[in-house]
Amino acid sequence: MNTPRPITEEDLHGYVDGRLDPARLDQVEDYLARHPSEAERIAGYAEQRAHLRTALAGYAEEPIPAELNLANLIEARRAPRASSWRSAAAAVLLLGLGGLGGWALPHGAEAPAAGIASLGREAAESYAVYAPDHIRPVELRATDRGELIDWVSQRLDRPVAVPDLAASGYRFMGGRMVPTPHGPAALFLYDDDKGTRLAMLVRPMEIDRDTPLAEQSHGAVSGFAWSDQGLGYSLVAPASARDLHALADEARRQTVPS
Amino acid sequence: MKDMMLLIEPLIPALRRYARSLLRDRAAADDLLQDCLERAITRWHQRRADGDARTWLFTILHNLAISRLRQAARRGAYVALDQADESVTARPPTQEDGLKHRELLRALATLPEDQRSVLLLVSVEDLSYAEAARVLDIPVGTVMSRLSRAREKLSRAMAPDPSGAMAPDLAVPVQRPTLRRVK
Repeated sequence: MNTPRPITEEDLHGYVDGRLDPARLDQVEDYLARHPSEAERIAGYAEQRAHLRTALAGYAEEPIPAELNLANLIEARRAPRASSWRSAAAAVLLLGLGGLGGWALPHGAEAPAAGIASLGREAAESYAVYAPDHIRPVELRATDRGELIDWVSQRLDRPVAVPDLAASGYRFMGGRMVPTPHGPAALFLYDDDKGTRLAMLVRPMEIDRDTPLAEQSHGAVSGFAWSDQGLGYSLVAPASARDLHALADEARRQTVPS
Repeated sequence: MKDMMLLIEPLIPALRRYARSLLRDRAAADDLLQDCLERAITRWHQRRADGDARTWLFTILHNLAISRLRQAARRGAYVALDQADESVTARPPTQEDGLKHRELLRALATLPEDQRSVLLLVSVEDLSYAEAARVLDIPVGTVMSRLSRAREKLSRAMAPDPSGAMAPDLAVPVQRPTLRRVK
């Protein structure tokens, strides 16, 4: 017989998984017949595969619980849902449109249309637009983190860091540039995988260039904003003020260069 | 809507098994699958028309599972091997292979997550190597090398040690002086 292509480890796994075409199968069987120790190893893999399938078969045989019934899930999606991030986001939007006073500075002066209060409002507005978006909430996804950081750093003309909030339960989704009355801003979105999204807006500050973390919470929606060396940050989420405060502390710790 | 039902519903048991095998926690796995199905429903229209629903769903589920696992690992909460699961490994423990299955699942749990997912997708869920590569977003060559390492490691963990007893500590499998091909 003419010399076939050498047998590879891939071929041997293909043999175990039944993925070889008939010609290759013949060659592999022939090889195994001539190499007993390999044949023994591969037989062990095949046995392991069979055991694994039997051992896990039970998981697929259990009756499907109601919460995993597809018809129920589709039905639930059709029905208008209260108390979800949708209504929370709507609340943010209303606040953003009507509640400018709510984002005022603590000292009670007339709310300026600039500075940290304005930043908080812009974050809420961006949140209301992008966080409920299920099709394209972000322009660049977390997998393109490097590209995203390059992009926003270039647009904001300074290095911008993306805080990692995974330890606090929020997975980084990605981000985009958004317009604000004060020029371009970077919007980063996070998701706790339970339907709650968190937004962080970052933009350069003309005034309030260095301000401590301040709470700006209203009803179901919390906001925290601060600025550091001319870069303003605002974190918004429909979470409790206490939870968001901890997240804001963490984000701030990561963005303020030590 | 009807084609979505027809394509997704039959896959639920396998998706459930995969989530459960990866997370080893029934409640967490079902939560994850629910999340996955909800995402699938809302994103159904975004699915590539030429794409395979099964690969697509496994991709969504896998990504959710991985972020859950990593989250838990960062919190240091990822300890509890779902002990209760031992009673639900399909076979009553009185059966002779019940013990072996439990050993196997425990050994499976000691594999690194990236090897475990390849092994499960290929060996149990019957995904082709190319499909597994798509789900995991890695090259087929990486699927093959992870599969190879997973099988080798698992069979070492399951092999009787020289004294004839089962390997006592599966987290530190006994090295056996067997001949191995070196690639």
